[in-house]
Amino acid sequence: MHFVVCAKQIPDPETPPSAFKIDESKNEVVPAPGISPVLSQFDAIAAEAALRIKEASGDAKITVVSLGQESAQAAIKQVLAMGADEGLLLDDPAFLGGDSYATARTLAAAVEKLGDVDAVFCGRQAADWDMGQVGLGVATLLGWPAAIIAKDVQIADGQMTAQRVMPDGFETVQMPLPAVVTVSNELGDPRYPKLQQIMQAARKTVTKWGAADLDLDPSTVGAAGSRLKLERLFIPQVSGEVELIEGDTAQEQAAGLVAKLREAKIL
Amino acid sequence: MARNVLVVGELDGGEVDSTTAELLAAGSRVADGGSVSVTLLGSQAGAAAASAFAAGAQRAFVGADGAYDEFRPDQWTQAVSASVEQSSAEVVLMAQSSVGRDLGPRLAFGLDSAVAMDCIAVADDGGTLTVTRPCYGGNANATYSFATSPAIATVRAKSQDPLPPQAGASGETVELPAAGESRSTIAGRELAVAEGLQLQEAPIVVSGGRGLGGPEGFEMMEEFAATIGRDKAAVGASRAACDLGWYPVSQQVGLTGKVVTPDLYVAIAISGASQHMAGCSGSKTIIAVNRDPDANIFNASRWGIVGDYKDVVPALIEALKE
Ligand SMILES: Cc1cc2nc3c(=O)[nH]c(=O)nc-3n(C[C@H](O)[C@H](O)[C@H](O)COP(=O)(O)OP(=O)(O)OC[C@H]3O[C@@H](n4cnc5c(N)ncnc54)[C@H](O)[C@@H]3O)c2cc1C
Ligand SMILES: Nc1ncnc2c1ncn2[C@@H]1O[C@H](COP(=O)(O)O)[C@@H](O)[C@H]1O
Repeated sequence: MHFVVCAKQIPDPETPPSAFKIDESKNEVVPAPGISPVLSQFDAIAAEAALRIKEASGDAKITVVSLGQESAQAAIKQVLAMGADEGLLLDDPAFLGGDSYATARTLAAAVEKLGDVDAVFCGRQAADWDMGQVGLGVATLLGWPAAIIAKDVQIADGQMTAQRVMPDGFETVQMPLPAVVTVSNELGDPRYPKLQQIMQAARKTVTKWGAADLDLDPSTVGAAGSRLKLERLFIPQVSGEVELIEGDTAQEQAAGLVAKLREAKIL
Repeated sequence: MARNVLVVGELDGGEVDSTTAELLAAGSRVADGGSVSVTLLGSQAGAAAASAFAAGAQRAFVGADGAYDEFRPDQWTQAVSASVEQSSAEVVLMAQSSVGRDLGPRLAFGLDSAVAMDCIAVADDGGTLTVTRPCYGGNANATYSFATSPAIATVRAKSQDPLPPQAGASGETVELPAAGESRSTIAGRELAVAEGLQLQEAPIVVSGGRGLGGPEGFEMMEEFAATIGRDKAAVGASRAACDLGWYPVSQQVGLTGKVVTPDLYVAIAISGASQHMAGCSGSKTIIAVNRDPDANIFNASRWGIVGDYKDVVPALIEALKE
């Protein structure tokens, strides 16, 4: 079997809010100094899901695919170090500035070119734009069935079985391969690569494909092929000043707070 | 500019749910003289049409096939695509719910258009439809316009005000065909039986974080909530606490958990990461207890106590009893 893991490199989502800056003239996030970009967390979990199936079944190849610039090699290498077999970077100036549609279209073209793919694993959402649609986009463009927000994924007998997280539990859904699944953190923590695996991954060569390799017309990908036009990116205002309730003891503080809440008729 | 709007309804028994009513209000606002239609699917769909008309719909596309009672994405996508076509919809709104998260992208890619997920505003900006949605874990908001039609948006619950209900309002009903093929099957479902006050309905939410140090801390949160009143306060948790197994994931508040909008949100030993705030920043009042005076949670709070929750929470419980 052949699995594809879609992995995106993003600005570290745990950047403290105080270090988060936007250049409003360009509608762009300004990279926080000293904070390196990371592999989007849910994509590491998607890789974990694929690796667990590979280990259980014994014969599967995993290709990790990232659409990004040269720096995205680091995200690819991280998934290779976790145990993926091959890396593929989709890098072309024509791909820059793409929205979810352009991204899904490019990733779907890569899956098609790989040819023998049985399942695609994505994160439930990339933790930069928090969109949560590229996995379903790839599935729809390829004409494959899909399950989203999975906390467990099994593949056997030509079927994918996924447990989809619901607001108050989960639902088990089944569909024939080839299929797409998007994975959520309830699946469990992704594995830490061992030092030796990190060194091996560093030596692996990553294949690079551009628009021409994928037979994609540059006007249908990247910013040119995007359908959502970003008009404005801004930091929302948070209202008000906090009043810290002072007191010599916790009892005094607590009584002060309860009095405020009662005065404001909140309690 | 007049535009035809289609809302994908979700049912709560024999009526449309409260989010559908909010979407119909937002839809009526941006329709600007265009038509406002709703798609209703499931065995109760016919009965629910009246509630959709009362909430602002002029026409209902009704698929009363019982197969629609369970959400199977292929079947729902087909039914909604058919309604988009028949209503010549230029704007499609649905909830950022289990259904909307799955349906929105399938519909957009299937119709060769685009969707913006988890929007908190839908507006007519000088003739152009725009949507605004939080991104970067809640650190930023992005406003988009659409280069293709229909413009599709999933919209966050409680972000829109419903219209005053127009009792007795009527509209046209159009029948949709029976459900088509589904490539996926639902093999089982395990849902926790919802007991007592639901997190998203509670007027007061008391949430605990990693700083509680263990599951015992949540026993204290439950005692705290019970002291406020079991009919008023529910207990929530940060993702860090849920991931550690201290509290059920169903109670997680935040970007990847539940979005709550209570009158009062009490954050105990929670740092206030943007992804957590994404789930509670719509609360009317936030108060926090944290031993770190620089914790980000205080930036969003009206009142706060700097201290160890092990001292402060028992004192709050005592003060409430007085
Ligand atoms: C894509 C993505 C999605 C996410 N989704 C969510 C989500 O839905 N919900 C969510 O909550 N998080 C989410 N997170 C995680 C989020 O970034 C934070 O890591 C998480 O919210 C931290 O939880 P916390 O505040 O409980 O823990 P911490 O950040 O560790 O904070 C613990 C706090 O407790 C305080 N404290 C410690 N001991 C005490 C004491 N004895 N008394 C008083 N105070 C004490 C500390 O000062 C600290 O402020 C997401 C992250 C990503 C990247
Ligand atoms: N540039 C990219 N490269 C590789 N995978 C991506 C990229 N963008 C999105 N994805 C995949 O699609 C998922 C959902 O992304 P999104 O719809 O942008 O939230 C991510 O978790 C990834 O698995």
